[in-house]
Amino acid sequence: MNEAAERDNRSIFGFWVYLMTDCVLFASLFATFAVLRNSIFGGPSGSQLFNMHYVLAETLALLTSSFTCGLMFLAVRARDKKRVLMWLAVTFLLGLTFLSLELSEFARLVHDGDSWRRSGFLSGFFTLVGTHGLHISVGLLWMSVMAAQTLRRGLTNNNVRKLTMLSLFWHFLDIIWIFIFTIVYLLGAARL
Amino acid sequence: MSLRSDLLGRLNWQAFHHPWVTNVGVASMTAGAIAVVAALFYFKRWKWLWREWLTSTDPKKIGVMYIVTALVMLLRGGADAVMLRAQQATSVGVHHGFLSSSTFQQVFSAHGTIMIFFVAMGLMFGLINLVVPLQLGTRDVAFPFLNATSFWLYFAGGMLVNLSLAVGNFSAAGWLAYPPLSELAYSPGVGVDYWIWGLQIAGVGSLLSGINFSVTILRMRAAGMSLMKLPMFCWSVLGAMSLVIFAFPILTATLAMLALDRSLGMHFFTASGGGNMMMYVNLIWAWGHPEVYILILPAFGVFSEIVPTFSGKPLFGYKSMVWAIWAIVLLSFSVWLHHFFTMGAGADVNAFFGIMTMVIAIPTGVKIFNWLFTMYRGRVRFATPMLWFLGFVFLFTVGGVAGVLMAVPPADFQLHNSLFLVAHFHTMIVSGVLFGYLAGLTYWFPKIFGFKLNERIGRYAFWCWAIGFSLAFIPLYVLGLMGATRRLDHYNANLGWQPLFIVAGIGVCFIALGVACQVLQLVVSIKNRHANRDKTGDPWNGRTLEWATSSPPPHFNFARLPDGSQRDAWWAAKKAKTAVAYGPYESITLPKNTPLPLFIAAAAFAGGFGLIWHMYWLAAAGLLALVTCLIVRTSAEDNDYRIPAAELKKLENAEQAG
Repeated sequence: MNEAAERDNRSIFGFWVYLMTDCVLFASLFATFAVLRNSIFGGPSGSQLFNMHYVLAETLALLTSSFTCGLMFLAVRARDKKRVLMWLAVTFLLGLTFLSLELSEFARLVHDGDSWRRSGFLSGFFTLVGTHGLHISVGLLWMSVMAAQTLRRGLTNNNVRKLTMLSLFWHFLDIIWIFIFTIVYLLGAARL
Repeated sequence: MSLRSDLLGRLNWQAFHHPWVTNVGVASMTAGAIAVVAALFYFKRWKWLWREWLTSTDPKKIGVMYIVTALVMLLRGGADAVMLRAQQATSVGVHHGFLSSSTFQQVFSAHGTIMIFFVAMGLMFGLINLVVPLQLGTRDVAFPFLNATSFWLYFAGGMLVNLSLAVGNFSAAGWLAYPPLSELAYSPGVGVDYWIWGLQIAGVGSLLSGINFSVTILRMRAAGMSLMKLPMFCWSVLGAMSLVIFAFPILTATLAMLALDRSLGMHFFTASGGGNMMMYVNLIWAWGHPEVYILILPAFGVFSEIVPTFSGKPLFGYKSMVWAIWAIVLLSFSVWLHHFFTMGAGADVNAFFGIMTMVIAIPTGVKIFNWLFTMYRGRVRFATPMLWFLGFVFLFTVGGVAGVLMAVPPADFQLHNSLFLVAHFHTMIVSGVLFGYLAGLTYWFPKIFGFKLNERIGRYAFWCWAIGFSLAFIPLYVLGLMGATRRLDHYNANLGWQPLFIVAGIGVCFIALGVACQVLQLVVSIKNRHANRDKTGDPWNGRTLEWATSSPPPHFNFARLPDGSQRDAWWAAKKAKTAVAYGPYESITLPKNTPLPLFIAAAAFAGGFGLIWHMYWLAAAGLLALVTCLIVRTSAEDNDYRIPAAELKKLENAEQAG
């Protein structure tokens, strides 16, 4: 293996390690949420707050974006710049849809007086889901930067490496969301 | 009014009113800074500083910067320690010492925070940067840009903590800032915010280093160096960095939650609103206990290099040493509850964590015996690094036994929060961690700077430290058993504690004398550097690959990459009377200098300052600058330069001739 390829491999391995640290970060937030789940302090519980149709729409947007991100990566491997840009754009739009849905859910809760100040449960909810949302925002910013770089320089080795990491990041966020969907929303809505 | 609060947040003239003790500290820090700046102007060294140091991506330079920062912070944390001891020796009965209660609280909070995060961590990452790439027989770390960023984030965090002395105040909530005391309701000032953001910024730097060095050790070893041929220091670092990867994200999350409680009115750890403060204590120790092993494992690694070198024998029980490291890594995540047996988790839970805590003494004992058996029948040379080791073995074992004693929950109920505990963990961290890193500094100093440190003054320093440490902390064990609690700024005269506190104060004077010896040692050694020059590159008759290159090594470490297919590769090569089997000359790629890591840290510093003082425009500007730096970096195509093979050959020949 030549030196440049070895360096790319090393970077991707390092990125995997970074993702594991992020996993521990989310694990801490999940654990906190689990502890505070019933600390509603006289406020509303999850089953009173969550609109599952809405959450389903969010989930579908994000899962589809993960699929289109996979298509983007296949295009990277085929070194097809046009298709890469197209799927990057589709993924970006789906991600943006997810983020807008999430933010409007947050806005509705705050508007109804159920903000993070209301109870330990809501602090845990906003922080866990919000941290995921923050990661999604970083991912969207990263996608725009990568689109600009791909337009400017094409699929150079550097850009291929970064697109690989970007797609890892995006799939990782998808997995985290599945846990949020299950633990926060499904289990939350099921409780009376 | 509104414009002023938009611009300055809660910053006002009040922030600059301090008690006289603090003013002395601020004045001496300012004087030091002015002296450095003046010297840079006088000797016209700004360009040199910028080109050779501030923008460097060379791990050897970064290591030196870590160590210089850590030693400066050691003086600051040491001054805090002197004040604490002076207060406790004098504040008895009708006398109230020279520190007010609130200043005293800030001083012990700052002492703990600085010593752990900015001295111990700094010395550790400094030595890792200096030694790991050389021992692996490689030219760089896996991610040089990230490495420089880690250092500058650590530096920015430290500067935030120092700034709190001059602008505003520091946390008075102890080094781990337990809620509810650290919540807004009970600590409304900026102190806890300084603590949070100083640690958060430095902590992210540590996390990035953890990733960096794990990948370096796993993916960048010399040809033939399989894992079971790794030098033991690298094994220890790999263990510690694995702990960093698993533990530091917990710290990041915990600090973020405390910050959210304080700034956005959340209820994670508050006393009301459904918060759960014991959750904070669990989370902080789920990071904090592994952190102790993060600090000690590399120090164990240092001793595992020093003892074989100065005994002229290979390390006894290499494989058992490796297994001991990984046993400690695993067990360190199953003992955190022993920091709060008194929480009331119940007898079963306490029993489990008590037993796990005792079990962790077994792999540690394995290591101690391995070092002693390495010395057995060796030709032991009692050079200064070896003296630090012997001091460590004795004191660390005493402290360890005290630790096993406290692992028994019923005993801990008596000793919890007493000076016995303070004596125990200082024995572990000073005689374990600090002695380890001081030994490592003495040992690797000639490699990095090209000349040895003065042996005689080094010995004086060691004896001052060893005697001073015993005098300062053995009385604390006794005081703890007599019922003295930690963090006391005043006590009753008829308790009869004062004589022991005075002995402890005398001990601190001896330690201060030791530090003075170390400063003198450095000055004398620099003055006599030509006489003590290390021309061989191998001043101690060493065993591992860092001794196979010149002292100081060229910035690319090795002109030709060494072979690592033997354990103790350099020793094997010396015995076979061959140089380490070098490969052919090949052109090499190295990272260019870049100021971006410095800018990233400056942005983080500004952003942190903005968040602490509620200057939200500054926080936003800091974040924006940080993101811009990252985008600039990721958009740059050409971050490396090449040294052609022919030039390497020329450089090496010149080296050998000169």
